[in-house]
Formats: sequence, C-alpha cells, structure tokens
Amino acid sequence: MQAATVARAPSRRTRTAPPASRARARAWGFGALGLAALAALWELYKLLGPADGLVIGEVRVLPRTSDLAMPHIWETAGRLFEPVTRAEGARVLWLEVAIAASLTLGIAAAGWIVGVTVGLLLALVMQRWRLAESAALPWIILSQTVPLIAFAPVVKSWGSRIEIGAFEWQDWMSVAVIASYLAFFPVAVGALKGFQSPDRLHLELMRSYSVGWWQTMRYLRIPAAVPYLLPALRLAAANAVVGAVVAEVSTGLQGGIGRLVIQYAGQASGDPAKAWAPILGAIALGLIAAGSVALMGALARNYRRTEDAS
Amino acid sequence: MMNNRHRRLATFSALGLSAALVLTACATTEEAPEADSGEELTPVTLQLQWLPQGQFAGYFAAQEQGYFEEAGLDVEIIPSGGDIVPQDALANGDVDYAIAWVPKVLGSIEAGANVTNIAQIFQRSGTLQVAWADGDISSVADFEGKKIGSWGFGNEWEIFAAMAEEGLDASTVEIITQDFNMNAFLAGDIDAAQAMTYNEYAQLLEAVDPETGELYTADDFTVISYEDTVGAMLQDAIWADTERLESDADYQETTVAFLKAVIKGWIFAAESPEEAAQITIDAGSGWGPSHELWMVNETNKLIWPAPNGIGYIDEAAFDATVAAALSAVNESGASLITEEPPASAWTNEYIEQALAELEAEGFDITGDSFTPIEVELLEGGN
Repeated sequence: MQAATVARAPSRRTRTAPPASRARARAWGFGALGLAALAALWELYKLLGPADGLVIGEVRVLPRTSDLAMPHIWETAGRLFEPVTRAEGARVLWLEVAIAASLTLGIAAAGWIVGVTVGLLLALVMQRWRLAESAALPWIILSQTVPLIAFAPVVKSWGSRIEIGAFEWQDWMSVAVIASYLAFFPVAVGALKGFQSPDRLHLELMRSYSVGWWQTMRYLRIPAAVPYLLPALRLAAANAVVGAVVAEVSTGLQGGIGRLVIQYAGQASGDPAKAWAPILGAIALGLIAAGSVALMGALARNYRRTEDAS
Repeated sequence: MMNNRHRRLATFSALGLSAALVLTACATTEEAPEADSGEELTPVTLQLQWLPQGQFAGYFAAQEQGYFEEAGLDVEIIPSGGDIVPQDALANGDVDYAIAWVPKVLGSIEAGANVTNIAQIFQRSGTLQVAWADGDISSVADFEGKKIGSWGFGNEWEIFAAMAEEGLDASTVEIITQDFNMNAFLAGDIDAAQAMTYNEYAQLLEAVDPETGELYTADDFTVISYEDTVGAMLQDAIWADTERLESDADYQETTVAFLKAVIKGWIFAAESPEEAAQITIDAGSGWGPSHELWMVNETNKLIWPAPNGIGYIDEAAFDATVAAALSAVNESGASLITEEPPASAWTNEYIEQALAELEAEGFDITGDSFTPIEVELLEGGN
C-alpha cells in the first residue's frame, strides 16, 4: 500500500494532492522510518564494522565498534530512564537532559530574536543606502570568521561590567549575545537579497505612482523578501542553537545542555551510554528550533508562491 | 478550512514563542544571585578553573557552612569549564580572586598579568601519568618514542619538566591531546595518559574491563606520580590582584577575611568528607556520589597535612616550580617562561595573618592528625 503512494509522489503540488492530514501522517512516517534506519545502521556497523575502526593516514574515518565508543542503542535508550546518579533526589536522566535543553532553548530563542532583529535592521539600512551596503557587508561577512573561542571570553568579560540601575548583566545573556552573533548573519544577507529581489518592472511601477521608499518597502520589497527570509530564519535558528550550546561550554554557564555534554563526556569511561544523552538532547533541541521556524513559515504561506516546494 | 488551519498554526507558533520567552524569563530568575540576604556583606567573586567538583570542595563548604557570611563576605563562586582562564579573568578585573595552577599563571605573569599567589592550597602535585601494568612504561625515562597523553592548555608542563630532567625533550615523544575522559587510553590510542589522582584516575577504576566484565583495579595500571619527580609543580593556589593588594586597604582586609573562611571550609572538608562531597554535588557537580567522595578525599590528601599551615607558600617548593617551568620546553619548542617571575608573584603576608588568627581561635591549621578515608568506587562513579 505504501509502495503505491510512493509511486505517485512525483506529481507534487497538483490540486489532486492527498489531503493535508494524510500528507502529514506520511511525513511523520518517513521521519520515523529515517530514525529507525539510523538506529539499524548504528547497530549493523557495530556488529559488522572493524573492531578497531578505520584510520586512513592520521585521520580516523570510522569509529571503533567497542561498547565504550558505540554503546548499543538500547543501552543508551535504557540509560535515559535511569536516574542521573545514585545520589538521593537525582532526577531521571531524560528529565535532567530535557530541563537543560529547555534552558538552552530559551537562551537560543532570546539570541534568535535579537539576531533576527539586528539582521533585519542591517538589511534595511543596507537596502536604503548603497553606501551602507558597500561599507557594512564586507564587515558582516568578516564578522563570522572570528573564532568563538576568542570571542566568548570577551563578551563575558564586558558583560560582567554592565550594570545599569537595577539591571545587572546575567551570565546567560552573554550566551544569548553569542547565539545572536551567529544568528544575525544569514538574516542580514538573506533579507538584503530579498529586499533587492523585486523586478525592475514592479519598482518602476511603484515609482510611476510616486510611492515613497517606505511604502515600496511595505507593499513590494518585504513581501518579495519572504521566500528569501524563511530559509534565512531557519538557518538563524540552527545557528542560534549551535551558538548557545558552544557558548555555554565556552563561558562555563551552568544548567544548559552544553554544560551537560561536557560534564557527561567526562564520565564516558565508566558510563558510556550516559554521554550520549545530552547529545540526543541537543539534536532534539535543533529539531524543535527548526520546527518552530517552519511553523512560522506556514503563516506566511501567501507570500511563498515563488518559492520552490521544500 | 484553509483559514482554520492557518489559525491553528498561528496558535502553535505563538505558543512556541511564548514558551521560549517564558523560559528565558525563568532563566533570569534562576540565575539571579542571592545577593540581598545579608545587610553589609562585601561582595566577592571567586573564579574556579573548572566545573564545580570535589577539587573545590573547600570553597563550596565555606559557602554552604556560612563561613564566608560570618567573615562579612557575600561570595559568588564562578565555575569555568571552557575558555574562561581564571588568571585572565582576574587580571582583567572581572573577578576578585581566582583559583589556578602555579605554572599556568607563571606563564600569564610573564605575558603581563599582574597577579599574586596569596595561598598555596594544594601542597602537593596531584598529576599522574597512567600506563598499562603489562606495558613497558614504568618511569618517565620510558616515555621515549611513546604516545603520551596530555590535556594541553597549560596542563602539560609537568610532563615536559619531568622529561627534561631525564634528558628527553618533547620531540622524542608523540604528544596526544586527551579528551575529558580516559577512552583514548582505554582504547589504546595513548600509551600513558595524564590523570589527576582525584579525577581521571578514578574514572579508570570506575570503568568496566571488557575482558573480565568487572571494574578495572589498581593492579591493571602503572602509575607515575609527578610529585615524585623534579617535574612536580604547585597546583591549586588562590591568586589576587597585585595592584589592589598594594594600594587598596579594603581589599587587603577582605583578602584576610576571605582566606580565613576558605581555610575553615577546607578544614570542614578534611573532617567531614562525606558532607563536603554532598555539598559539591548540590553545587552542581554532575558526578556520582562515590566519585565525588573519592575526589574530596584525594584532594584532602594533596592539602593535608600542611606542616606550615594550609595555604602557606613554601619558598623552596615555589622555587622548584619556577625551576621546572624554566626547564620545560613543549613539542613546538616553546618555553613556559624564560625568566624568573617578579617578587610580586607570591606573598605569605595575608595567609600568615589568616593562619595566626585561626590558630588563636583554636583551629587545627596543619592537619597533623589528618587521616584520609577509604573510598570504594562504583561503576560509572555512581
């Protein structure tokens, strides 16, 4: 039955497409199938792969198959439902990971909002003034080459000096700033490209109506930018999550998923399965972040006609 | 129908967004320091060099047992765990005091950091190099041609100093950067792995030997202790801002009060290791109880007994560390330091004052009667 549906798949985007609920069920089905395939691949490699992995030259191409390097899927899964440690009041591992992941998600969301705002403002300014584009764009691109390892301590150090009235800089804000630093880039570049995307014909029409810059922006450029913006926002979400996780490690913030990755990595010799739990949490985090943006994209459906189905 | 779906999606997105916002809001309140508990407490920040763990039990004990508060201090203990270098944070003025190893800070001082060692908490080096018992490494001299593990980032200098004494330079071995765990050693990628008595060595004893299905034992390993070599260097010390020590009378006073509270914390950790271990777990250490207790116990061994009093800087030991640091050359031919550090690199002025006051109050500052406990490690440190 599945096979028949799959065979019909190429005729996408026609009016006779299956109802939304079935399409969604199918998407979930494929998603689950992908996960199962990944798990099967893991176990298959563990069973059949070379015990010592594969090293070409100095570079390890394939991992070892030992329980230390690759614990069984069911061990990792089972570990999730055991307490973090034997200590009294220790949480179940999955809950600990979920709590840490939600803290990181919150920080990444804050970073994303700041990054998107800054990125949009930069794109607006660059669209408005040619000079600004020539002046700022190279720096925007250059900004992404600064290694986080150099950047993080500086942000933390400056942040710790900020104290305005009752407002005191919190450590998580440093992490959010770093997340926003990674998130603003695709938005700035994507939005600029989008704002510049309308046809000359349409722009001249606007001019013939003697419509001002702001109205042209509102009725022509912003709607035209949507197909460019959505991928940029999704990239920004992924960047914000990566930035938040790495910055947590870098600045030593407690309570987030980045911290758990480091902490449990230290325990991987005696408890190999535990080290994978925060990694799974980080993956889930990325999916949730990208998924939230996809939901937003669905809202802007009317403006996505020119976009290819993705 | 389309409209309906859109509205549902809008609700979902709004929910997601508000959830995110709520979470950030939660983060704000959670991270807020508990500042307004005391009336006239002096705010103090202490930068650790790693995550909260038994290695820092004394500081957390001083916090939890209220010794800091009794001393009129409101101390915030700041963990590291990444790119925050304690002595840099101190030199930048981000924190008031920092915990760091002496050799690493000597390098920073030569690079311009203006900091002073005010208390040498660890009297002994806790660094080991661990090899397999059935292998052919039993001393530093055997390192030649072997794959030697190290964490890098300034943790490697004892290895190079000990090798220099044996006439070996870094080019005669292959230095392999170690991870946060001992997997590379267990898998055979490293012939001799760097390990702290209080942490990584325990990780080995908590790991299952796939051949027997039981935990590894001490008999499976050959342990080289740098404390027994001339490469030994002083480790956890408390560092203060040199300029403020010279010019700021309040800071001098705070320093003595701070040291007194810290010493009381370490005395507590020596007398009640179980409670101290629990305190560090509560402070956010993710280790299991047996590993944490092992860590506190081994850390105590590096501190006690302290014949001159805990924290007192033994000039001979400091000079030996400087000499070892001068002799060490790493794999890229660089030296840790090229000249003797300035006299401002250490002072016993404040620790002497703190020790004298504590002794007068009847505290045991030398730990003559200190006896470590026996800790049984369980699988995974649980």
